[in-house]
Amino acid sequence: MATNAYVEHAPGYVDNVGPKVVTSRFGDPESYKLERSEATGGYGALRAVLQMKPDEVHGQVRDAVLLGRGGAGFPAGVKWGFMPPVWPRYLVVNGDESEPGTYKDRLLMERDPHQLIEGCLITCYALGLNTCFLYVRGEMALAQERIAEALNDAYEAGYVGRNIMGTDVSIDVVLTWGAGAYIVGEETALIESLEGNRGMPRLKPPFFPAAKGLYMKPTIVNNVETLANLPWIMLNGPEAYKQFGSEKSPGTRMLAISGHVKRPGVYEVEQGKVTFRDLFYGDNYCQGIRDDNDLKMFIPGGGSAPWFFEDQLDLPLEAADVGAAGSMLGSGAIVVMDETTDAVRACLRVVRFFARESCGKCTPCREGTTWEEKILQRILDGHGRPEDIDLLLDIGSQISPGPYPVAAFEAAGETAVPFPPKQTTICPLGPSSVAPITSAIRRFRDEFEAKIQAPEEVPA
Amino acid sequence: MSRLSPDNVLLAKEIIGRYPRPKSALIPLLHLAQEQAGYVSNDAMEHIAELTGVTPAEVLGTCSFYEMFKREQVGKYMVNICTNISCQLNGGEELLHHAEETLGIRPGGTTDDGMFTLEDVECIAACTEAPCLQVNYRYEYRIDNDGFDKLIDDLRNGNRYDIPHHGTLARIRQHLDPERAAGIESPEVTGKPQWFADREPAPESEKETA
Ligand SMILES: Cc1cc2nc3c(=O)[nH]c(=O)nc-3n(C[C@H](O)[C@H](O)[C@H](O)COP(=O)(O)O)c2cc1C
Ligand code: SF4
Ligand code: FES
Repeated sequence: MATNAYVEHAPGYVDNVGPKVVTSRFGDPESYKLERSEATGGYGALRAVLQMKPDEVHGQVRDAVLLGRGGAGFPAGVKWGFMPPVWPRYLVVNGDESEPGTYKDRLLMERDPHQLIEGCLITCYALGLNTCFLYVRGEMALAQERIAEALNDAYEAGYVGRNIMGTDVSIDVVLTWGAGAYIVGEETALIESLEGNRGMPRLKPPFFPAAKGLYMKPTIVNNVETLANLPWIMLNGPEAYKQFGSEKSPGTRMLAISGHVKRPGVYEVEQGKVTFRDLFYGDNYCQGIRDDNDLKMFIPGGGSAPWFFEDQLDLPLEAADVGAAGSMLGSGAIVVMDETTDAVRACLRVVRFFARESCGKCTPCREGTTWEEKILQRILDGHGRPEDIDLLLDIGSQISPGPYPVAAFEAAGETAVPFPPKQTTICPLGPSSVAPITSAIRRFRDEFEAKIQAPEEVPA
Repeated sequence: MSRLSPDNVLLAKEIIGRYPRPKSALIPLLHLAQEQAGYVSNDAMEHIAELTGVTPAEVLGTCSFYEMFKREQVGKYMVNICTNISCQLNGGEELLHHAEETLGIRPGGTTDDGMFTLEDVECIAACTEAPCLQVNYRYEYRIDNDGFDKLIDDLRNGNRYDIPHHGTLARIRQHLDPERAAGIESPEVTGKPQWFADREPAPESEKETA
């Protein structure tokens, strides 16, 4: 069978029970087309918004408590308020999705590009700016095509560009794209990349994008999923939005659950209402661990997140609770590992990612991550030295001083260290490399020791 | 010989016009060069420098930072196998080994016939469909050894018309019709858009009486 990946939708989305805020069109195989979007209310929110005052729109987004979906979970309405009264100002949309385990923005871009474009326009209107750059990850060819086609159609139909829907409002949305670099997902590196430079982060402060961003002008950077929520919020109002999810985290999130579960997939889930146990074992979700194996560990929020274990299964999907327990919900990427998983091998793979993706701007990260990788590799290969475990922890503390966030280990009487970590580096990438190391060593020190002490037992 | 073709120069100028500063167009223009030749040559970088008014060294500086840009000829098909965590848990590394044996090359290498370049890559955002890979940035999901062999056969036999040659990324481009565009905001402009100024809330004093 000659598959044609080009026209096919990306698989993985599980049409689940529960409210749909951002995935409502996903059931339609042609949901990316303008006429299908229009037939199901597309650009209706924009039409309504154009009748409102920009500050009313901003107020409604603030009232909805729309938390950023890019990783840090900062409320969008509050971030928008940080812009000084300076023009020009820009909106940059972060579609660089590349955190290990994360799979949602690509679906939103491929399957419902008009929803995202409408979200961009609503944001531009609220903030009084007329140029938006939509930055798509380089490797996502189909997402780039779908957005290009959607923009061409939306310009043609008068939803974007000069005199939107016959009003005096004019806003451009420009598609731009990267060329392969995880670090460009960090917002200041994204801005550097959009200026045509090497994608290296800028120091914050003083370079908070809201004040000094693209071309040193005020710039809002928001994640794709964050903006995709806006059409629904503006059509239905913040009160309706707050009916979903919890008080602290209203609305839904898209979660990619991958690894050793029976039904991996991307689920739209109400925030704060379900626990990890529900997600892994519930009939509506992943339906259990593969082969009914035992759970060994899981990553609750992407490769940068410290690991969780059996003890944390009953935590709700609530950022504050997960943070206090020593990790983060991050980018909605949950990776489940069963009892057959080699902790050292998994740890090495995640650390190797950070070593490869370090931009090299700061020494502790550039040198530290490669050193961590080298040590883990030799332990895995059966050439580890007895001092290697402490050396790994020591290198970690040079990148991220102080006790590193880690989950509680009740059986050993060890308590949790809450998120976030400290950093000696410019951006959080370096410190993220410490997460798998601290997590794995606290729990599975014996596995590291066994590999070091009995190298001959390690299969080649 | 591998400066941008006249058609691509026109396209390059259109792309440059979309950004407030020409240098911002560097990544899209490097992709255009790679699309034309399959890789980014020194001549192309010099040409891009001329078009954007930056130095060739700056173009090289940007180009060399990003993994997707190849500065020498690679295979007609880049086969990028994900070995990051979700794929590793589901056999991504074993798949990579199978690919190495099948193609007779290591990651980074190109087959003698110039058909395939193999890479082991980081997460490509398809983690629930592990193990997965991309051929010239088109996805193959949940692929096993047999599926891999079939894919390679199909590519060799020219049966994968849906996958373009290396270098071609999106085959649909945004066209910004100047008649319809709002006009990209230059950072040198000051002052808010008129439509926004007209809609700003009335000062507090006026609100009282309204
Ligand atoms: C190393 C690193 C990588 C990141 N990658 C992404 C990414 O791929 N996509 C994303 O939206 N945010 C990413 N972020 C977060 C962004 O810096 C930024 O906080 C986010 O885009 C803001 O959008 P939000 O407020 O809507 O979440 C990353 C941050 C860091 C430190
Ligand atoms: S922490 Fe690492 S990735 Fe971040 S700026 Fe420093 S060197 Fe670059
Ligand atoms: S880990 Fe392979 S696609 Fe994400």
